[in-house]
Amino acid sequence: MTTTKTPSPRVPTPARAPRDTGSSGIPAPVPGIASALVWGSGQLINRQPGKAAFFFAFYAAAVTWEMTTGNYYAGMDFSPRANGGFFVKGLWGLVTLGDTPREMTLAGLVDGDNSIVLLANGIIALLTLCLLAVVAIWSVRDATRYRIRLGAGEAAERSADYFRKTWEGAFAYIALSPALVLVVFMSVLPITFGVMVAFTDYNRDNLPPMNLVDWVGFENFAQIFSVPSWAGTFLGVLAWTFAWAILATATTYAAGFLQAVLLANKRVRFPRVWRTIFLLPWAVPGIVSALVFRAMFNGQFGPISQFLIDIGLTDERVYWFTDPSNPNLARAVALLVNLWLGFPFFMALIGGVLTNIPDSYYEAARIDGAGPLQQLRYVTIPIVQRTCTPLLVLAFVTNFNNFGLVYFLTEGGPDNVDYRFAGSTDLLVTWLFKLTLDNRLYNIGAVMSIIVFFIVGTISVWNLKRSKAIREL
Amino acid sequence: MVDMLRREPPAAIAERERRKGRLSSVLIHLELLVVAVIVIFPLMWVVGASFGPGGGLANTSPIPEDASLDNYVHLFTQTGYGRWYLNSLYVATLNMVGSVVLSALCGYVFARIRFRGRKFGMLAILVLQMFPSFLTAIAVYMLFLNFGLLDSLTGLALVSIAAALPYNTWLMKGYADNLPASLDEAAALDGAGRITIFRKIILPLMRPMLAFVAITQFTIPWMDFILPRLLLQSPSKQTVALGLFEMITDQYANDFTTFAAGAVFLAVPITVLFVVMQRYLVAGAMAGAEKG
Repeated sequence: MTTTKTPSPRVPTPARAPRDTGSSGIPAPVPGIASALVWGSGQLINRQPGKAAFFFAFYAAAVTWEMTTGNYYAGMDFSPRANGGFFVKGLWGLVTLGDTPREMTLAGLVDGDNSIVLLANGIIALLTLCLLAVVAIWSVRDATRYRIRLGAGEAAERSADYFRKTWEGAFAYIALSPALVLVVFMSVLPITFGVMVAFTDYNRDNLPPMNLVDWVGFENFAQIFSVPSWAGTFLGVLAWTFAWAILATATTYAAGFLQAVLLANKRVRFPRVWRTIFLLPWAVPGIVSALVFRAMFNGQFGPISQFLIDIGLTDERVYWFTDPSNPNLARAVALLVNLWLGFPFFMALIGGVLTNIPDSYYEAARIDGAGPLQQLRYVTIPIVQRTCTPLLVLAFVTNFNNFGLVYFLTEGGPDNVDYRFAGSTDLLVTWLFKLTLDNRLYNIGAVMSIIVFFIVGTISVWNLKRSKAIREL
Repeated sequence: MVDMLRREPPAAIAERERRKGRLSSVLIHLELLVVAVIVIFPLMWVVGASFGPGGGLANTSPIPEDASLDNYVHLFTQTGYGRWYLNSLYVATLNMVGSVVLSALCGYVFARIRFRGRKFGMLAILVLQMFPSFLTAIAVYMLFLNFGLLDSLTGLALVSIAAALPYNTWLMKGYADNLPASLDEAAALDGAGRITIFRKIILPLMRPMLAFVAITQFTIPWMDFILPRLLLQSPSKQTVALGLFEMITDQYANDFTTFAAGAVFLAVPITVLFVVMQRYLVAGAMAGAEKG
């Protein structure tokens, strides 16, 4: 391929030129540096026009985007706020969050900077730059490596061949890219934004575009932990959230276990009918059941209060979720409703495990003289326990964040006068929701999100470390 | 104990065993019956209310005296329920299709292809799935609010897909890991490309996991509250969950029977789906937990 002489009398084609002229004369870093300055130029030096065009297209697009969105002209007096384009102004906004407030002048209301839009644009610019950086690194690396290979005497490669080869090798990246873009902009971007808001003073007293938002460092964290009313609410809600998550998981697991063991008994008639009935709470959408229970436990009109009066247990209606003097009643009822909703899942699960325990285990136990209770204690429970531990952790995390049940059932009530914007059954997540949506304390809400993430993250990491998943990475 | 048993005639032992068995059988059935009543009563009550005389909470009963479809008629003519239902259906369908396609593809790539950045990618997935989706939701709300993107059903579906994608990818990857690699290799020897292998070999084998992701992702938007509550605003863009919540939080609980009708109409298809597909769903949840 390298030395085939064509009978054509024409001048050598450009593709052959680098081999004829001093291709080895250019040291390897030169194309790399060139590519670092202008993506694709190194490839051009390497005489690979196709590749050069590919990389240059990204470069040109980025520069054009910056130029057209910005305000660049010859001999200008440059400031990022007035002249910067998508990238420059974006990064400027991310750092400063704007410096010109909205003002009332003789000409009327002059709009200032909208800090939150600047912040968001800044993050978008930053993320876009990160994605572009991948292309840039690829370009520099490719230019340098190709030159080294040429210098080592390898044959030249046509751009088309390179891309064909890359397509095969890069299938993974290409297949992942739609998901990557979606996750970056719908998940990573919001999460980054949310984390950053925790370090600003963005709340109802300081709303853009009226006011400028500023970076405040760890002030919000300090506020939650040091201002007594905040700290009190936080610790109270946190304690209840943990109590709730533990009790809710334990009760549903225990009840599910009991039902599964009873259903597995050979004396039960029509086990499938019973099983299907018991599965109903799991199959009915959670929001529907929670709202139905909310109506049943309605203090004024609900049928349960009425029933208790009818049979003479109480003289007056019980305000299950709205009686501030009795927060534990609301908590207990919420746990009971959660038990109703949650036991079928564990029942189905443990039922599956039970059918997989070989009969020989029980026979062996019987021969050793174990009664039914001992069989349960020494055969059934350990096996079920081992299979269900990861699910218990998962259930704990789910209950920790069980927004649906608490919000639909009690809306966090009954009110608690000692708490800030929280009721007695509020979990961290429902409190967070109220802070953000009802009270527009975005910065405090963001701090809470970070705290919730750390708690949930710690538990998940601990769970992962025990499982084999992490070792399989 | 053993001596005592030996002294008794076999018939007596059998008789005592039988009596003990009958007693425990009665006790077990009694317990099952009590639990069944507790499970069924709230459901019966709401179904009864949906067919009962219209109006408030106070005069509802599990078995209404003069059953009628009035509440259902009212639901579809006087409220936006039909509109909400279609909105939910749209979001649910989009969420299901998008989630299944993307997560199956990503799961296959992570399970079968060794590429640079794979480890980092999987770590990122693990970290991202720890973020409860509502945390993203609140940030998405602040973003959409400032960019004027609120009130879009497609936007809602995209956010839902992205929020669930890490976990679903993890599930798909775990499932694909357990498929024999020899199948791929044989197909590759026959000259099949990556896409062909994925479509013709992996996808059909992943059907149980595809079903699991499809069902969960189809049902989530029907019940999801936080995301739509944050991202949707105008009455014509509400989803069923939002509408139902508004009906029941009405101060005087006047509209309860309409709510009941709406709840039943939402719950019946999903309940049937769950009961029919329970085997898949429990197995899928188990797989998810084992994989972390």
